[in-house]
Amino acid sequence: MSDTATSGVQHCFQLKSASVSMTALELYYFDNDEFEDTLRDKISQAPGFFKDIPLIISLEKYEGLSSELDFFKIIGTCRRNNIHVVGVRGGNDDQRRLARGAALALMPGGNQRDREVNPSDQNAAAANEPAQVSEPEASPAAELPSGPAPARIVNQPVRSGQQVYAPEGDLIILAPVQAGAEVLAAGNIHVYGPLRGRALAGIHGMQSARVFCQSLEAELVSIAGHYKISEDLQEKSWKAAVQIQLRDDLLVVTPLEKA
Amino acid sequence: MARIIVVTSGKGGVGKTTTSASISTGLAKRGHKTVVIDFDVGLRNLDLIMNCERRVVYDFVNVIQGEASLNQALIRDKRVQSLYILPASQTREKEALTREGVEKVINELSETFDYIVCDSPAGIEHGALMALYYADEAVVVTNPEVSSVRDSDRILGILQSKSRRAEMGQDPVKEHLLLTRYNPSRVEKGEMLSVGDVEEILAIPLLGVIPESQIVLNASNQGLPVILEENSDAGQAYDDAVARLLGEEREHRFMSAQKKGFLSRMFKGG
Repeated sequence: MSDTATSGVQHCFQLKSASVSMTALELYYFDNDEFEDTLRDKISQAPGFFKDIPLIISLEKYEGLSSELDFFKIIGTCRRNNIHVVGVRGGNDDQRRLARGAALALMPGGNQRDREVNPSDQNAAAANEPAQVSEPEASPAAELPSGPAPARIVNQPVRSGQQVYAPEGDLIILAPVQAGAEVLAAGNIHVYGPLRGRALAGIHGMQSARVFCQSLEAELVSIAGHYKISEDLQEKSWKAAVQIQLRDDLLVVTPLEKA
Repeated sequence: MARIIVVTSGKGGVGKTTTSASISTGLAKRGHKTVVIDFDVGLRNLDLIMNCERRVVYDFVNVIQGEASLNQALIRDKRVQSLYILPASQTREKEALTREGVEKVINELSETFDYIVCDSPAGIEHGALMALYYADEAVVVTNPEVSSVRDSDRILGILQSKSRRAEMGQDPVKEHLLLTRYNPSRVEKGEMLSVGDVEEILAIPLLGVIPESQIVLNASNQGLPVILEENSDAGQAYDDAVARLLGEEREHRFMSAQKKGFLSRMFKGG
């Protein structure tokens, strides 16, 4: 939860969680010359897209020897082609030590994350691989090399004590969210019923996320860490169909116009 | 195969045991072979309400632990044919109810009974989870006040996620709302939630509304399931609820305050 709403003291900075879509380079083996040739070839297919992008090296499918992995050469080659290697994902201890030596950030393995997602969330798991360099058909104009994360759709009431979480995209609930229940999403939250519990949208920091509901009776609404509690929500549009969005770090509630 | 019905609520003191006694009695009165199990280990009450407390020799935990057979522990009701009671243990720990043990007993009962009614303890702890785990249907007993409604909502969530049907991915447990201690005149004064309010919040089908009544307390104290007080409004309301549970369509009664004014008595003919 954000502290902006509560603390009056102005610090030099504050930390916020952020979720950034990045391109991952899935490395199978490493040969310096071949690496540069392949990279140039990929870039030539979409030069605009690759200019100054951050890149993570994914080691989950790396089959070569760890000793052949020369991160300084990889970084140098990428740098010459205006690509910024920021970190590695996966890999064994030796490989991660080498990456650390090259001042790269270490990220948890993507496969591991996939496995943690329970089977009913297969859609979400599929979205865990947002980008691969081996998808040159993505047009240079496209901002993201892959489509948006699929929404999670819930048909049953979310009851007191239950929590529903959409870690990647939107969350759509076609039933009430009861008092004492909690719904969270990386993206927007739609509730086609009364929202009586807590709704937290944009939990990875997406400031443009919104919350929509048919009847605002919420205990708490939060967007990208900025929140309002029930007491502050009751002033306006209580029990009405509304949308809630973030404007200049403030949650704004607006009634939904009937079409 | 028996139909397994759990009577549950989350909150205590709302009328679970009263309801278990009346629903099981009602099912048996209609000729269905019925057993009612008290899951409230350590705080057993069902035997008092069913007036069989002096006949308890063995209990549910004895059967689970193999110290007695089911036939030794089952108590046959004296008033209604084909009604049996399996009392809870008053002395054991509730952890004695193991999932395997409960399953064994329920499977054995399933072979000979049509209905198994499980009287759940209050709360959402082990005993309550065991009572609802094997359920096909749930009667969620709720009083018309906010904390009871909130607790019922919680127990509905648990039915959806922690019952055997949920874990096995079968059809969900069929949920019924039973509103007890309903006082229409207090509802009209705005002192109580209305049937509509509770239905709107919980969003499950209404099985029945039992009016608040002195008869219920008197019957409990005498060890008589209130459904056997056939002339009372509460007894009739339970009878309606049992009929609906069996698929009959019956209009809801006792939901508005009785007008006792002189004129209305005149026009209704007394």
